[in-house]
Order: sequence, then structure tokens, then C-alpha cells
Amino acid sequence: MSVDLSQFLQTFFEESFEGLDIMESGLLELDPQHPDTEVLHTVFRAAHSIKGGAGTFGLSAISDFTHRMETLLDRLRAGEQTVTPEVVSALLSAVDCLRGMLEAIKAEQELDSEALSAAQQALDEQLALRDNGAKGGRPGAEQSAPAGSGGLGRRGANAGSSGSGSAPAGAGPEAGEGEQGGGWHIRFEPEAHLLTTGNDPARLFRALSDLGALTVHCESGELPAFEALDPESCCLSWDLELVTGATEAAVREVFEWVEDDAVIEITPLSGSAAPAAEDHGAAAEPAPESAPVAASATAEVEEGAEAAAAAGAAARPAATASSGGTAAATKSKPAKAGARKEAAKKSSSSIRVDTEKIDVLIDMVGELVITQSMLSQIGKEFSADRLEELQDGLAQLERNTRELQESIMRIRMVPISFAYSRLPRIVHDTSRALGKEVEFTMEGEQTELDKTVMEKIIDPLVHLVRNSVDHGIEDPAERQAAGKPGKGKISIEAYHKGGNIIIEIVDDGRGINRDKLLGKARAAGLVEEGEELSDAEVYDLIFHPGLSTHDEATEYSGRGVGMDVVKRNIRSLSGSLNVRSAPGQGTTITISLPLTLSILDGQLFRVGDQTYIVPLVSVIESLQVDGAKVSGVTGRGEVYHWREAYVPIVRLHELFDTEPMRHELSGGLMVIVEDEETYLGVFVDDLLDQQQVVIKSLEANYLRVPGIAGATILGDGTVALILDIAGLVEMSRGGSRQPLIPEREESDEAA
Amino acid sequence: MAEQSERQNLADDRTAALGTGADTVDAMQATADGEQYLTFTLGDEEYGVDILRVQEIKGWQRATPIPNTPHYVKGVINLRGTIVPVIDLRERFGMAAQEYSKFTVVVMVKVISGVRERIMGLVVDALSEVYTFQTEQIRPAPEFGAHIRTDFIRGLATVDDSKMVIVLDVDELLSDEDLAIADDQSRVAEAVRTAARVSKESE
Repeated sequence: MSVDLSQFLQTFFEESFEGLDIMESGLLELDPQHPDTEVLHTVFRAAHSIKGGAGTFGLSAISDFTHRMETLLDRLRAGEQTVTPEVVSALLSAVDCLRGMLEAIKAEQELDSEALSAAQQALDEQLALRDNGAKGGRPGAEQSAPAGSGGLGRRGANAGSSGSGSAPAGAGPEAGEGEQGGGWHIRFEPEAHLLTTGNDPARLFRALSDLGALTVHCESGELPAFEALDPESCCLSWDLELVTGATEAAVREVFEWVEDDAVIEITPLSGSAAPAAEDHGAAAEPAPESAPVAASATAEVEEGAEAAAAAGAAARPAATASSGGTAAATKSKPAKAGARKEAAKKSSSSIRVDTEKIDVLIDMVGELVITQSMLSQIGKEFSADRLEELQDGLAQLERNTRELQESIMRIRMVPISFAYSRLPRIVHDTSRALGKEVEFTMEGEQTELDKTVMEKIIDPLVHLVRNSVDHGIEDPAERQAAGKPGKGKISIEAYHKGGNIIIEIVDDGRGINRDKLLGKARAAGLVEEGEELSDAEVYDLIFHPGLSTHDEATEYSGRGVGMDVVKRNIRSLSGSLNVRSAPGQGTTITISLPLTLSILDGQLFRVGDQTYIVPLVSVIESLQVDGAKVSGVTGRGEVYHWREAYVPIVRLHELFDTEPMRHELSGGLMVIVEDEETYLGVFVDDLLDQQQVVIKSLEANYLRVPGIAGATILGDGTVALILDIAGLVEMSRGGSRQPLIPEREESDEAA
Repeated sequence: MAEQSERQNLADDRTAALGTGADTVDAMQATADGEQYLTFTLGDEEYGVDILRVQEIKGWQRATPIPNTPHYVKGVINLRGTIVPVIDLRERFGMAAQEYSKFTVVVMVKVISGVRERIMGLVVDALSEVYTFQTEQIRPAPEFGAHIRTDFIRGLATVDDSKMVIVLDVDELLSDEDLAIADDQSRVAEAVRTAARVSKESE
């Protein structure tokens, strides 16, 4: 059986990106004065595994480039070269470049050769520094430069773009053999059982392509109908043309292992030197296991990727050998582009899941299976007296299913550390460029939020953090003059609060200049002369497009674009933004995001015939109302004496205009809830159990309803509403207490 | 399923009958060109909605009421995991409310406002037919002056030379404002009735 490498390609990308993140954070941690060897080891290991992986997949541009990084890192960790900010910079830009290359390969795009050569040059300079200083250097590292660009050419050709420019430079080892224009025509007709012997034609062809330029022609005429196809038997045969200087014996050697299982005819090739690599698609067909499932999309992807991989292998020597070969590789572009694009599209989204979550799922499926077998047992020998048993079983089934559903929803939840990962780099780069010193801390990395929300929050976070460095933190001199430590502080913290995810970005910089901002807004005509605004309203102006307190636009900020985009992005997630600032002390930006699609621990309760859910985090206490502690206020409101304080009582049925089962407060049940230090006693008919619920949006198909955060689907399939405590507080204060509708009598009259 | 194809046949027959003096080929052409409308009844009035907007048809199931919303919003139901509001069209039009029976149907329609697409359920008395109307067959609703809203009526179509179908524009009917704040019920109801009257007079 062949090993289809393409299926691991996605994993390779994921791991490489992770490796890059590790390298990045390691490099940022690196203190030039006291380099931590352990950190250097970590960075080195990450680079090394990327190199290894790239090598396995034949991504020579990547592996060559990483090799150079590795060389530099190796010297650093061996102490042969000192860690300087320049080295770190060069390595960081190399990380960026590598990320760009990987992304380009993943997206089937052309590589940015400019960025590559720039990063390469930076690395080479660092390498040369030491080489000039001592032992004459390592030729390998230096000379790999042309090979690297050759790799780019190969990769370019492979990705369906022209690789002509750099191809002649490809001084790879195989090019050294030279092409005499000779070669071999190989007829390869394997027996049907070839695959069962553990041989893989694709591997043979890869070995052949190392000898020279290989053209593969596949004959699929023998293929039976799809239904009759046996994935384990090989029905294909191949015509191969190998342009090489190798001897027949060398070619035969490649087939040594399959001699007994195939008809192999090798004849000298007459004719042109560079055969056209037309049918790269055919090269993919040795992946026989993908043929039977060709109908399914996944198979298409695999096949496409395999085609690309095989074609890449075939195109490689062609590109390095001669311009004819390059032309051939270029020619193959349209044929492959489709398949490659398909592959990219299908593999675009994936998620890494904590093994623990999967273990939970497996346990649950196990339970489900047990329940199922128990039920079928009852079903087989059913009699009326076993009814209770059946009901128990069904109840268990229901519970299993629900738990399973919840756990599966949980898989979508990812820790916010994914969104955090880019931030230290942003702070590092921006502060360096602006000559500022910033200490950056991150908290609440394990706070989970939905993957979709997470993806959309990354850009706003980057922008806000960059803004804090640029606008918030002052120059070291200015800070010292103000009696503050020269090093500014920026922190980001994420936590769950009352059905929301709160992300706070705090800096200890100069704060927002209220007057200046207001002045600018007045000048821009956004605020009327003489109109007075509250602090919150003024700070909200920073999100207005085209408004910036910076007098000059810098590379980083000051054009007044961006903040409006931040606000729009957060709004599109139904979130809100809040800015607090104290002159000279700093600014705090609070983002509040709803947990749509996510899971919430809720306390279920009942009012009238309806079940409601209140987020458990908001619940402070549930108690039985002591009539003596209830007092009226101006005949309208009621308060409850609770823990040395008076808490307003909310009768939910009044607020929601429903018919309760109980009107009498005394002896009834009350849930004390909290939102931002405001307490509320919610009077309910009955308390039910606590359970995790999946939050569903009410807004998706309807509207935002005051006092309601969303809805969920209960075990019995009915919908229950989730209370929004902040909204309730507001409603109970009479803020938006007016019902959305005119009085009912009125409409009845009208009818 | 059988019922549905029967309906389709019926609709085709009607289309053929409608094609005044046209032969069968023309009638078939008409089926291909025109738009299909699903019609339902409210009392003895017949309403139609673009069939492409109809997502599915369900029997009435108990909805969870949403506090502080117009009374014709009956609440929300669970439609395979999504929360979907259900609107009683009788009450929306200011007609007398009716007890829900086993024939009461909820027509799930797609409502488009701007870039948003929403699914909502319309509670109606009963389903009626599927008709094919040519664009010119749907005559614009007459003007009633500024005080009566007709924007949610796309037009009026006549079937069998006598029966009138009020073709609704669901996007207008279920716009945000209408869902949050009930407009003057009498106006909507009156608009519908006047439309019916004018249409009959004009024949």
C-alpha cells in the first residue's frame, strides 16, 4: 500500500504554523544581553521540524530556507555567534517570510520572491558576519543560495506558475550530472497484485525522477467499471520517458523490487532532450486507493494534492535541467490548476481540538452504545411489565444524546490564546519602530470562545494593541518627565462575564486628550459648538472614521482609519466597545462579546408555563422570600433586605407580561442576580435544575429583545429564553420598560 | 408527495385555462416563464407568496412566547436547531384570531432585508394551491392614498376569472419595524379589504 503523503500535508501546514508561532514568541523572548539557551533550543527545534517536514513533502524552497535559519540558530545556541538585536530581527523577518511562503504554498499562490530574497539576504548577512570573522565559513550555507532560488523555481512551476526565471540557477546536485540528451523509454505493466506486495508505483517514479527528467504516461484503459473496481488491484500501466545520462542498469535498479511482479521493457530513447511533462494528472493515478472513492469530494482533494505532489516531483528535474523542461513544466499549469485550487479550498478550515475533549466524546459514544444495546435488548423481549425499564432506557438515551450534542458544540470552542498569539510580535515591532519600551502581558489565555468569533476578533485586537503602543504609551523620556517608569505597560485580559466574553486592553500611557479630541471633532463638524458631551461620548469619537488625535500620520496609525473598522467588526459580532481614560494614567478599552453559538452554564427556572434560563455566573444566591424583609418603595417598587443591602425585586411576570402561578412574594422563590455590581432579586415560580445550554441567537431570524440574551433548545425540543441580566437591570429601572407594542386593547378595538 | 404533484397538475391545468385562446404549447411556455405562487387562505380570502421563498411547511406547534413583542408574534419555535419566530397572519392583518386546529399550518418563508436573510413562520388557516402567474397577470394594488399601507401587497391576481389572490411581498410584510412595533391594525386590515373591493369593481 502506498503512503499518500498529501493527507499529511494539511497537518504539516498546521504544525509548521504552530512552529512558526513558537519560533516567533521564542525570538521575542530572547534577551540579547542574556540569551536563554533553552529558548534558543526551542526555536531551533521548531525550525528543525519545519525543515524536516518540508523535506518530506519535497518543498525544497522551504527546507533550503529553513536550513539557513537553522544554521544561524545552531551557531547562536552553540555560542559561536552572539545574539544581537539584528540577528533577532533577521530571524523574525525570516519567520515572517517563511510564514508567507507556507501560506502561499497552501493557497496555491506564487511565492513572493522579493520578500524571500530580502529575508534570505538578511540571514546571509548575519551568517556572513561570523564567517568573515573566523574560519572561512561553511560553504554549504552560502552556496545553498542558488539552490534555494532553484527550489523556488521548482515550487513555482509546481504551483502552476512560471518558474523560468530562477530555474537555470538551480545548482542542485542532480543538475551536476549533466544531460547528454540520452534517455530511456520504459514500459511498465505491473501485475494486478503489485500493490499487495507493498510496492508503490509513485515511489518508483519519484526514484526515477531523481535520475533525470521523467515523463509519465498512464494507461487507464484496463480500469474496470467503478462498481467493479477493487482498490487493491492495480489495473494501470505506464509508459515512462526518462531523459537522463544514467545507464540502463541504474534505471533497472529502480525496478529491482518489482521485477517479478511486472513487465518491464527498457529501450533507449531516441529523439529530443526535453520531453513535455504533459500529463501530470496521470502521475497521480498510482494512488489507487483514491480511485474507488473518486466520487467523493475528499478523494478529489487527495487526488488533486497527490497529482500536485507527483507532478512536482516530475517537474523538478525538468526545471533544473533545461529551459525546455521549464517550458514543459509551465505548460502543465492549466491542467493542474483546477485540482490544486480544489485542494486548497477544501483544506482551508480546520480546528485543533484538545485531546481531552475528544476523550469525553469517546466516553459518551461508549455510553450511547451501551444504552442502545440495552434498548434493543428490551425491544427483543418486550412485555408490558418492562415498560418502566423501557422508559428508563429512553430517558438515558435522551441524556446521552444531549450530552453528546453539547460536547460536540464544545469542540468549536477554542481558547483565546490563538487570537493572542500575534500580539507580542505587534507590540515588539511597533514599539521598536517608535523607539518606545513596552512591557506586554496577557491574561486569560484559556478563556474559550467560539472559533468564528475568535477569527473575527483577531484583527480588531491587533489594531487596538498597536494603537495602545502608538497613541497610548509615551516616549521613555516623556514618561520619565511625568514621573513614570520609562517602560510602559500594556496588558490584555480576557474573561467570561454574565454570558459575555470581556476582553480588556489596558495601558498606562498618556490617556486620551479629551479636549484635543473634542476640538478635532468640532473642527470636523461632528460636534456642534457649545454642545457638551459626556466623557463616554467623547471617547466614543475615537471610533469615528477620519478622526485622529495624532497630528501626523505615521506608518502605524494616525490616519483615523482603523478604529471605525474595529468598531464595525465588533458590532458585527453583536459586541460592544467601551473606552475609559484618565489623562496621564492610561486608557482601558473593554470589548464585550456575546457568546452566540457558545455554551453557557445556566440555572433553569419557571414563571407561569414558561421556562427561562439565567446564566449561572450571574446568580449570587437563590432563596426563599421572607415576607418580613420585603418593603415597598413609594408604593410602586419593592426591595428586599439582603446581606445588609436593599435589592430591588423584579417580578418577571410583570416585566414580561405573562401570567404567573404565584403572586405572593412571601414564601416564594427568588434568585439574586448580579450585573456589574448591581443586584436584582428576580421573583420566580419555581427553580429547576442547572444545566449547560447551547446559546442560540434570537436575532438571527428575529430581533434583539430587551432583557433577553438569546434562546436555547431544551431536552424536549422546546425553546427557552435566556435572560440578559444587564437588560433586566435596565428594564427594572424603567429605562426601556415601555413595551414594544401599543396596549393590546387598542389593537383589539381596531380589529 | 402525491398531493403535491396533484396540486402541480391542478396548477398546470389552470394555467392552461388561463392562457386565453392559447394552445397547449403556449400554456406550457407560460408555466416555464411565469412565477409560481403558493396560496393559502385566511378566512375566505386567498393570499399568495412567491414559492421560491417558501422553505417548508409545518403543522402548528406550540411556540415559546417572547416578552414585549407585538401580539401577532406568537413566539419562537425550534426549526432543526435554529430559533425561528412565528407570526400569526390573521392577527397581523387585524382579523379575528382563530383557535389553532390540526389543519393550522405554518409556512416557513425566507425574508430578505438588505443583506440579511431570515426565516420566519406564518400561521395561516390552510394551504390552498400553487398557481403560476405571469408578471403582467399580477396587477398593482390600487392606490388608497397615503393613510393606507399597501407596500406589502405586491399586487392582485385573478384566478378562474373570479377568484382574487392577494400576492404578498414578505420582505415588506415582515420588515424590522413591523416586527417590533405594531402599526395601526385597522389600516392594514382596511388596505386588504379595500384592495379586494376595488379589484372586484374593476372587473
